[in-house]
Amino acid sequence: MSLKLKFALSVAGLFSFVIYMIGICVLIIWFNLTAEEQAFLQQILAERIFIIMLFTFMLLIGLVFAVERLFIVYTHATRLHEETRLILTANPNHRITPTGPSETRRLAVVINSFADRHQDLQTDVETRIRAARADLEEEKDILAALMSELTQGVLVCNIDGQVLLYNNRARQLLSQHPDKPATNGTNGVGGLVGLGRSIFAIIDRNIIAHALDNLHHAIGQGHSSLVSHFVTSAMGGQLIRVSMAPVRDKQQSLTGFVLTMEDITRRFEVSNRKDILTQSLVESTRSSLANIRAAIENILEYPDMGRQRLTMFTKIIREEAIALGAELDKTVKDSAEYFESQWSLEDMHGSDLISAVQRRFETKLGVATRIIAVDERLWLKIDSYSVVQALTYIMSRLRDELRITQVSFRLERSGRFVRLDLIWEGSPVDIETLRVWEHQTLVTNGEGIPLTLKDVADRHRGEVWCQAEKGTERAYFRLLLPISHPDPELQQQFIPQISSSRRLEYYDFDLFNQPGQKSELDERPLTELTYTIFDTETTGLNPAEGDEIIAIGAVRCINGRLLRQETMEQLIDPRRRMSQAAINIHGISPDMLEDQPTIDQILPRFYNFAEDTVLVAHNAAFDMRFLQLKEEQTGIKFIQPVLDTLLLSAVVHPTQSDHSLDAIAQRLGIKLLGRHTALGDAIMTGEVFLKLIPLLAEQGIHTLKEAREAAQQTYYALIEY
Amino acid sequence: MAKRVLIADDEPNIVMSLEFLMERNGYEVQIARNGEEALAAVGTFNPDLILLDVMMPLRSGFEVCQKIRENPTWQAIKIIMLTAKGREIEIAKGMALGANAYITKPFSTKELLEQVYALSGGAE
Repeated sequence: MSLKLKFALSVAGLFSFVIYMIGICVLIIWFNLTAEEQAFLQQILAERIFIIMLFTFMLLIGLVFAVERLFIVYTHATRLHEETRLILTANPNHRITPTGPSETRRLAVVINSFADRHQDLQTDVETRIRAARADLEEEKDILAALMSELTQGVLVCNIDGQVLLYNNRARQLLSQHPDKPATNGTNGVGGLVGLGRSIFAIIDRNIIAHALDNLHHAIGQGHSSLVSHFVTSAMGGQLIRVSMAPVRDKQQSLTGFVLTMEDITRRFEVSNRKDILTQSLVESTRSSLANIRAAIENILEYPDMGRQRLTMFTKIIREEAIALGAELDKTVKDSAEYFESQWSLEDMHGSDLISAVQRRFETKLGVATRIIAVDERLWLKIDSYSVVQALTYIMSRLRDELRITQVSFRLERSGRFVRLDLIWEGSPVDIETLRVWEHQTLVTNGEGIPLTLKDVADRHRGEVWCQAEKGTERAYFRLLLPISHPDPELQQQFIPQISSSRRLEYYDFDLFNQPGQKSELDERPLTELTYTIFDTETTGLNPAEGDEIIAIGAVRCINGRLLRQETMEQLIDPRRRMSQAAINIHGISPDMLEDQPTIDQILPRFYNFAEDTVLVAHNAAFDMRFLQLKEEQTGIKFIQPVLDTLLLSAVVHPTQSDHSLDAIAQRLGIKLLGRHTALGDAIMTGEVFLKLIPLLAEQGIHTLKEAREAAQQTYYALIEY
Repeated sequence: MAKRVLIADDEPNIVMSLEFLMERNGYEVQIARNGEEALAAVGTFNPDLILLDVMMPLRSGFEVCQKIRENPTWQAIKIIMLTAKGREIEIAKGMALGANAYITKPFSTKELLEQVYALSGGAE
């Protein structure tokens, strides 16, 4: 409505109001008068009609002026409002011209001086930020230059496992083809190091979790050297020794970690050969000496022995002396090639080892565990990861071949050694079988290390065997290890620090009527299907209002296993601004997205990755809605069936109110780690999903169709609340 | 009746000395050149004591020792393990598997004899 029209209407309204009121007043008086009085009044008024008309007219004119004056103030106030907004939101350089009545002029002057001050302040802050950023850039450059000079691989991650910084060597070591530069262009995924990518695509998250546990333990004890070591194998098969050091903030809480890594494949081989060499030297020397000594002592002790025997013994002595010399020559020659290995073992609290092993047995193998006796004072000097792998391997064989589903632990001291026993009801593994196990590589369910049980035992100067426990019906597998004597300790539990999760739980996408739901798929058991478990990060929570996907992470799941090698992780340029709230959640800053491909380049890749699989996501409607809105633009439709871990969790635990991914994971005993990178979340969703399958089975939900129908019911139940 | 000693070792040069030593001290001796032969000889020769080398072909001394102890009728057999490795952890393993004594090479024949004598209660 234009101002003029507004003004005219207000004046007209005011006029009619005044005339109306006067009219009413006159009428009321008029009807209260007698007929004579009326006639009398009529006469008086008729005679003075001009005066009345004149004053009425003047009154109305006066009113018009008063209204106009007020209206001028009003229009100026409106203008002030508009211009102030302009300064605040769009153009901080704009200033208001003081016009109109003195009140609004004064107000304009005050607003202008506020704007000046605000602008100064902002310029100042921006200058400071720029300066700080320049300093930071410079430091980063120096750091990057230093790191690129290192022969060791260095990789810095935040606590969620997102890669923040790395050097070329790290990329070389961890990429699929160690000799070629990492330019895997086919799908941009699969174990490649990249900023903002998840470390868990490269290194098993269990190993990282294990090393972090050890670090927390060391921090709790106030140890001065806070480094945790582990050995992992790269995709190319090399052994990589990784040292993990914590990154801590001022409150001393863990905010990230630095991994330094080196290829120890050769060193490990060398060290192994050196060990073998030393051992064989010792053995042959001892046995030659034994032969000489026994012979010579016989000669001395029994001088009456016949000539023939005497010749025999002296011949033995000569032979053995020659053999001894030859052995020494060989050793000197061989050992010149070898140098000292630095594969270091670390101190570990015995009970920590037991609980790490227990956790693994229960989660990885589904074997029930119990503790008979654990001596809390015992420390071991070990490479904990390989020992845990070795025991897990033994347990998996026990379970698969002897059908043992329940074991007890015993950890006790025996002289200078520590006995770690796995005890079960029944008979021991026979010697021949154990010998076969000893020489196989430690791979359980597709994860493990390229070492054998014997390698691990030798590495620790330990021994393994298996026998029946005397006087009982039980048998045990024993790992005998040298004892270690570190400082007395102070325990502290690891509490993962995880930021709060995305709250949004419902979204307008129909999960239950995907066109790709076919009956042959529907009738298949959940355990047999192939899944693509995925997660997206977005610029915000409203796809319909233009929020966009900025990252997709996905992992494939076949036969109840997450395939770490078959993952996809991709950052995407959203071509729009991102809210700070969103940046705070996923930690992906706009500069990380520069030069990344756009969604129409990535969706076809994701489509290929997910083809012919069932999609799984947490709060899947949210992610699906984003994909759906891109259908027109990209021509790609995701028609396959979709399962939602949020709804499935609600099916399994209907009384629980919190079905956020963190809460479910905690409930199901899954370690919270690597959240808020798309791939990290996808992997965790996958772990949650795999744990939900047996829980669903307990409720009689076995097939895809049953799962979807149960989810649908729960969905409606949830919506009704 | 003379006590019987089984010598299980794959090195002829030590076997000859041990055999001579045992025989000169009045023991009846049989030789086994690997782990399998040793186990077989336990059944046929029925020894009172075994001098058992750890490192042998086919079956290690540890395995032979464990097999013997698994058989209830062989509990009385005394076992002296001989090793050239001399690692303390192996001694611990050998004793845990039921050896009566553990001797590291090279050893004094006199001490070996004393050990054999003590465990077998004399040659006769």
